Amino acid sequence: MSQPVRIDLEGFGKAYGGVPVLRDVSFTLYGGRVHGLLGENGAGKSTLLKAVCGAVAPDTGRVLLDGRPISVGSPRDALRHGFALISQELALVPAMTVLDNVYLGRWHNRLGWRSGRKDGRTFARLLERTGFELDPSALVRDLPLAAQQQVEILRALVSGASVIGMDEPTALLTKTETDRLMAVIRQLAADGTAVVLISHFLEEVLSVCDDVTVLRDGRHVVTGPAAEQTPDSLVRHMVGRPLELMYPEPAPVAPSAPVLLSARDVRRGTAVRGVSVEIRAGEIVGVAGLVGSGRSETLRAIFGADARDGGTVVVDDRAVPSGSPPQAMAAGMAMVPESRKEQGLVLARSVRENMALASLGSRQLAGFVQGGAERSVAGTMLRDLDVRGSDLSGPVWTLSGGNQQKVLFGKWLLERPRVLLVDEPTRGVDVAAKSQIHRLLVDLAAEGMAVLMVSSEVEEVLGLSHRVLVMRHGRLVAEYARGEATREQVLAMAFADDLPGTDPPPEPGGRAAPGRVDPTTPTVSSRTSTEEQR
Amino acid sequence: MTITADTEAATETTGRAAASRFTKLHDFGIVLSVVVIVIALSVTTQTFLSTGNLVNLLDQAAVIGLLACAATLVIISGAFDLSITAVLAVSAIVAVVVTTHAGVPAGMAAAVLTGGVLGAINGLVVITVKVHSFIATLALSIIYRGLAVILTAGAIVYPPDDRVTAFQALSWPTTLGGITAASLLFLVVAAVCWAMLAGSTFGRRIYAVGGNEEAARLSGIRVGGVRVAVFAISGVCAALAGLVLAARGGSAQASMATGMELTAIAAAVVGGTSVLGGEGAIWRGLIGVLLITLIGNGFNLLGWDTIYQQVVQGALILGAVSFDRLLRGRRS
Ligand SMILES: Nc1ncnc2c1ncn2[C@@H]1O[C@H](COP(=O)(O)OP(=O)(O)OP(=O)(O)O)[C@@H](O)[C@H]1O
Ligand SMILES: [Mg+2]
Repeated sequence: MSQPVRIDLEGFGKAYGGVPVLRDVSFTLYGGRVHGLLGENGAGKSTLLKAVCGAVAPDTGRVLLDGRPISVGSPRDALRHGFALISQELALVPAMTVLDNVYLGRWHNRLGWRSGRKDGRTFARLLERTGFELDPSALVRDLPLAAQQQVEILRALVSGASVIGMDEPTALLTKTETDRLMAVIRQLAADGTAVVLISHFLEEVLSVCDDVTVLRDGRHVVTGPAAEQTPDSLVRHMVGRPLELMYPEPAPVAPSAPVLLSARDVRRGTAVRGVSVEIRAGEIVGVAGLVGSGRSETLRAIFGADARDGGTVVVDDRAVPSGSPPQAMAAGMAMVPESRKEQGLVLARSVRENMALASLGSRQLAGFVQGGAERSVAGTMLRDLDVRGSDLSGPVWTLSGGNQQKVLFGKWLLERPRVLLVDEPTRGVDVAAKSQIHRLLVDLAAEGMAVLMVSSEVEEVLGLSHRVLVMRHGRLVAEYARGEATREQVLAMAFADDLPGTDPPPEPGGRAAPGRVDPTTPTVSSRTSTEEQR
Repeated sequence: MTITADTEAATETTGRAAASRFTKLHDFGIVLSVVVIVIALSVTTQTFLSTGNLVNLLDQAAVIGLLACAATLVIISGAFDLSITAVLAVSAIVAVVVTTHAGVPAGMAAAVLTGGVLGAINGLVVITVKVHSFIATLALSIIYRGLAVILTAGAIVYPPDDRVTAFQALSWPTTLGGITAASLLFLVVAAVCWAMLAGSTFGRRIYAVGGNEEAARLSGIRVGGVRVAVFAISGVCAALAGLVLAARGGSAQASMATGMELTAIAAAVVGGTSVLGGEGAIWRGLIGVLLITLIGNGFNLLGWDTIYQQVVQGALILGAVSFDRLLRGRRS
């Protein structure tokens, strides 16, 4: 590799409907370096990256490649100059194989006929270079998310990308998968690629990035070496003032507090194999575990999003039938699902309509929506959760990812449920909003709500929960009181039998566990983890 | 808990308000297209704005308008109903048959009931068989047309002579400025559908089911129930359209209104209702109906040769929709 490339971004500006979301942003990227892009939800990070990679047309701004202005008017143009974007929502063809996706549109051919053999050979070399383990003939839709991301990375490499932008690639990954990805990113940089990394995990950014840039309200705040920053200084730049980043202490649960949720021996297929849990009023119970361990499936089965194969769920002495969200809601349960795009929000509809959706019946008169009441409760919730980037009437899809998450939360809080099931409550949420959501959960519990929370962030589980449960292969395998467990202990329990040298637990009927999640190398054989992503 | 600086939040909010007014304007591109055609016709002909012509225009729009209300509702709920005109034919035939045996009011009631039942069957098939509604209702429409042939033995059916006048009541002018009863029926149905979709909790559920079925289900909405209800309403609208058409002709037959379901869907979509579901409005369907009816009317008034009508109609629809798209801008 000769002289590393230098990419100057000059004066990027973009407004939507007259509201600026990017204002005159300029900074420089270098080949061989990893550049972190930070900012609160809605700061304009994704918009900037999309503009640079030709996915949205900026109002102003140009890109200089080694001093020469280049045109990045479309993704195709950008790719020609070596700019590839791995966006927040992956863009793969689910029904095609890994190999076909990696070479999408640039298959080797002989006189117009596809030459799969040649693709296969270069694919093998790519795997060698990156250390990924992917089966070229597997269908992309059967892959766990981490593997799908690898497919995207390979595709970027095949296109000869010298600049790769990654928009929150680790938001959906577990710790091991994240570590693996960070190693790959370092490897890419070592090969001379300029990598831009958007992430809300400050430690992650500080550990992997050479440089960082912070945006606030669409404005450029600072660019500089990562070594000169600390998590606190980054937060100050992002939020505009210092911010306490401690987990709020949950209020102690009174020994006399009644049990609100009692689930017994809940089963569903191979994903949930007999889970029992009791939660008292005011208690936050956190569930840790690997992707594919059945955490989300457990929540869904308790709520009734999926029918149970067995087991009972009782809320407040009232039995909740299997597979009926309306009945679960009538009993006082609410579930914030893990994927806001697929399961949570109606993207084309307004913020107001989305917030009102789960509680339409409580603000109606003769079947008609009471507009005034709805506006006022939704407006209050919007302010309480500090949703930014839109008023009530704006469609939800125009909000940034983190703000969408807040709307999703707000929807379920309008009805003040007695039992709240939350799956990944802070996925893709910025540091400030994250501590707001943490505060909110703790406050809700203090008011007497029973909270069952699933999170891939072990720190979050440890920091917020009165009790920590660890799940593995569809069963609860450990329980710790607050302060009793360390991060390492929880992770060890989550992996346990996957670690070399330990034996897997006996399976019912003597079968081996289908598709275990391998802690060291994300493999493509994990069936249970694809189930979790549906 | 809130950490926004207040002044900044304030400017942000005013900016957003201005922006959303701006987007609202964007939404009316298709209306502008129609207004342009109306102005063009008013200027180039003397007769366009005459009461007689406007009454006539509304009457012409009644059947396609009722069908477009049905199509709009179903499309917003994220489905297609290709069976509406088959349901129309069966209902109209039932109306004639029952009228013959039990009188006109019974005949009309039976037709509406038939429409509702056939529509509900559509919905039940769609939610149980889980094949795409496009295919399910296509297959069902063939069955319904077949049923219509069986009922009529392939012939045209007429109500008995002494009841013909009453049977044709829907085509009579009313005291309301002379517009026909059919026009009035169309306006009432459109208003009801509009209010339901825009203002009722059921309307909200329709949008949610069409926009994201899974999110709707997890929000406690009984998705199947909503679908069946929407198809049933669609069937009722189709039956009403059938009554209007039968009243006009004083007869019914198995091949009535063949192909008109596509015009109705076109009207719904031209107005800006998204084929993907979850977005749209009754007024958009009405604008589409107006556009399509205006073109036919214009040809008439201008005395143009109708052999060019289809080409011009297609071109104008394309033009209006492109203009609408242009105004609404590129959207990711
Ligand atoms: N197509 C659009 N129409 C209107 N507004 C938009 C559109 N796309 C983005 N925005 C707005 O632009 C702002 C910046 O959005 P962007 O997605 O770049 O934020 P972000 O920094 O990536 O946030 P996050 O961390 O939550 O992903 C937000 O306020 C968002 O609401
Ligand atoms: Mg983003």
